Amino acid sequence: MATPSRPLPVLFRPLKGGRLVKHILLIGFGLVMLYPLFWMISSSLKPEELIFREPGLWPSQVTFENYTQGWYALKHPFGYYLWNSAVVTALSVVANLVACSLAAYAFARLNFPLKKFWFAIMLGTIMLPHHVVIVPQYIMFSELDLINTIWPLVMPKVLATDAFFVFLMVQFIRTLPRELDEAAEIDGAGYWRIFIRVVMPLCMPALATTAIFTFIWTWNDFLSQLLYLNNPDNFTVPVALRTFLDASSDSSWGPMFAMSIIALGPIFGFFLAGQKYLIRGVATTGLK
Amino acid sequence: MTDVSVAVKPRGAATQPARGGHRSTQRSRREARAAYLFLAPWFAGLLVITVGPIFASLYLSFTDYSLLEEAKWVGFDNYITMFTEDPRFLSSLKVTTIYVVVSVPLQLAFALALALVLDRGLRGLSIYRSIFYLPSLLGGSVAIAILWRKVFGSDGLVNAVLAIFGIQGPGWVGDPDTALGTLILLHVWTFGAPMIIFLAGLRQIPSSYYEAAAVDGAGIWRQFRSITMPLLTPIIFFNLVLEIIKSFQSFTQAFIVSSGKGGPADSTLFYTLYLYLKGFKSYDMGYAAAMAWVLLLIIAGLTAVNFLASKYWVFYGDTK
Repeated sequence: MATPSRPLPVLFRPLKGGRLVKHILLIGFGLVMLYPLFWMISSSLKPEELIFREPGLWPSQVTFENYTQGWYALKHPFGYYLWNSAVVTALSVVANLVACSLAAYAFARLNFPLKKFWFAIMLGTIMLPHHVVIVPQYIMFSELDLINTIWPLVMPKVLATDAFFVFLMVQFIRTLPRELDEAAEIDGAGYWRIFIRVVMPLCMPALATTAIFTFIWTWNDFLSQLLYLNNPDNFTVPVALRTFLDASSDSSWGPMFAMSIIALGPIFGFFLAGQKYLIRGVATTGLK
Repeated sequence: MTDVSVAVKPRGAATQPARGGHRSTQRSRREARAAYLFLAPWFAGLLVITVGPIFASLYLSFTDYSLLEEAKWVGFDNYITMFTEDPRFLSSLKVTTIYVVVSVPLQLAFALALALVLDRGLRGLSIYRSIFYLPSLLGGSVAIAILWRKVFGSDGLVNAVLAIFGIQGPGWVGDPDTALGTLILLHVWTFGAPMIIFLAGLRQIPSSYYEAAAVDGAGIWRQFRSITMPLLTPIIFFNLVLEIIKSFQSFTQAFIVSSGKGGPADSTLFYTLYLYLKGFKSYDMGYAAAMAWVLLLIIAGLTAVNFLASKYWVFYGDTK
């Protein structure tokens, strides 16, 4: 790779032959990767009998019938499940933001006995397979009569068990200059005030990353919702989709694709809006 | 437990500056009290949601328990049954092992290859990066699993495309020989997240290394072998550990593709799916708890092996 003596900004560099080939390959690969998604979108707009006859993307006949049919296919209109998912997700986001930032501030800024020990424990819980705890957790929530409520889904977040986000925020707070805390302290601010007035406002990028990831993970989460929600009145989107799949014959793929696209919509929206935070979040901590 | 921070660049004040000594014990006591208050929710969660259940799970694993009756102590029976009398358990272990052993290296290979292609100041980098990352966000959802089931269905997209070339494809997800393959492909499809970690790692390699190497006459391939690869090994290691742990716990995709049964012929019966069926369909909770502990031991063991083996191939710089 010959470098020009005065490197131009990337955007203005002429496309060399090698680069062009690279772009063509990358675009081709990207298209193959995303083809199933495009196919699902296009299929959801096709009349049932055309879906598997035309593997192409452009529907020869466009209909929204799959959407209306899918929307009313289950016990409740699909909007009902979207709302249930939205409630669980919103509460999870708020809970994670509050609980994880409280813990992160203590780990990043305060000194206390056994700090290193607890920090190591916290990191250890990131690696802990979720399945190790689901049986006793289920027994506990069922003893407390909380099956079919949102508590089993939100309580772990209220108690900061998503240690990934604690870690993410600890890393972020450590980059903030300590002088700010000290200045506030000299002005007579206590730890709580420093946390609320000094540290939190500077943590916005980390909070945004936490919020977006919590949103996407909770929206997608299937196992806990499958375990704890078994009354159709409490179903969230993933559980509703699964019921849809079990209830429908092979012929109703159109409506199911339509509802799947609605289910993916919010994730896609958050992805578009928060790419910067998502990618930075993954790059710094290895979040998924 | 430095594992998690391997890929994290030591930014700014990652190490705590000397605090000029403790001004007074009273002050540090006040600080400790404040810290424990800030950590109160986390401590409660650790006790009730994490550590408590781990030990409860250990206890349950030595019992016969069905939620309706009292737990009955059975010693090591669950563990013995698992390995001697339960072919479905052994087959779930086999299926999961194949899944992990095939899909993780493939996924990481794709992630690394794409990261290398994208690294050298390519125009439109951020667009490509986003496109390749999108499947990682969607991949775990029920909606995508539904899509997968139909893409690889007997009358699905793949077979429709093959039909154009006159090939009659099998019913991929309905065929015990290919069903697991479709799930492996789904995992590989989500290579975007490790790719981003690789990209972040590549960016930390000082360009002066390459310039110096070029001056010494090293070509692209030589530079890759002698600079990029060694300096990237910590990131490869980090991704490897994380992806192994994660893929061992895959559940949703297998559940949806097989209608929650692990079929056909148990070919997609992932470990976690079998655990779910045992614990929450047959209500054999003692057995499920034992399976959970075996899973914990397997993952801990693999991670430990990974760390031990890392001494031989991960390069942490000359200073260490």
